[in-house]
Amino acid sequence: MKLIVNSKSHDVAAETLAALLTELDFEGGWLATALNGEVVPAKERDRCRLTEGDRIEILSPMQGG
Amino acid sequence: MIELYGQKFSSRLLLGTALYPSPAVMAEAVKASGAEIVTVSLRRETSGGKAGGQFWSLVQSLGVRVLPNTAGCHSVREAVTTAQMAREVFGTNWIKLEVIGNHDTLQPDVFGLVEAARILASEGFEVFPYTTDDLVVAERLLEAGCRLLMPWCAPIGSARGAQNPDALRSLRGHFPNVPLIVDAGIGRPSHAAAVMELGYDAVLLNTAVAKAGDPVAMAAAFGKAIEAGWGAHCAGLLEPRDMAVPSTPVIGMAALS
Repeated sequence: MKLIVNSKSHDVAAETLAALLTELDFEGGWLATALNGEVVPAKERDRCRLTEGDRIEILSPMQGG
Repeated sequence: MIELYGQKFSSRLLLGTALYPSPAVMAEAVKASGAEIVTVSLRRETSGGKAGGQFWSLVQSLGVRVLPNTAGCHSVREAVTTAQMAREVFGTNWIKLEVIGNHDTLQPDVFGLVEAARILASEGFEVFPYTTDDLVVAERLLEAGCRLLMPWCAPIGSARGAQNPDALRSLRGHFPNVPLIVDAGIGRPSHAAAVMELGYDAVLLNTAVAKAGDPVAMAAAFGKAIEAGWGAHCAGLLEPRDMAVPSTPVIGMAALS
């Protein structure tokens, strides 16, 4: 399935957001995720099913002013 | 003490965590400044990257409160979603709300700002709005649910100090009981002291410390200047006068001529 993750195209086997994070080697309790512009809380990633063409954002803490 | 959304703090300096020569210098600068609140942001994590986790661990080790921002957001939707993601990651309802309206000046889009503030306040966020010094916008932000205001005093990173002290003074006069924090435009400790002397409750800055020759020493200098400015405000400042007024008593002078 083709997905857009942080604006880059990925061809993945994962069918849920949680599985996608594992497949792309993202780990850590500090990550925030959004699917097609809507926030997906960590506890909902397991049952968040992905479909072809979905846009996913994976963010983490960064320096800020 | 300063009270922000029910939380009390001794320090009146809120410090940014960006642009330092290294994470270690950032950590030392925070300690030297005495700041109890630091700003942070959210950005895309690279696949397999652990930079975000390392940064977050370092910030947590400082024992300070974090104020996540929505820096770089140009629309209400972007800002609201970023705030929601920040709440998830940082575990706080606090959000420094930025909705940028102009690329060159980083001037807030005050219309979007008010709209985003209203949405976020209704969702339980405690909003720190980065705004201009416009009085009517300030009123709208308070109506939208903000319980403090963060006007700029000059564009972000411009290091110019207060460009319109009269507008800042007007905000202070109109909102005597609303915490007012100058956010953006401070370049020198004297700039920070000057806005504190106007009666502002706190200052938020980043670049002036991070890009100093010695960020740790500058952080300490800002901490002192902010304390001095606030102390001067509380002590009651002498207003400027048009004529000289002798400080040494003239009564009792010897007649020597």
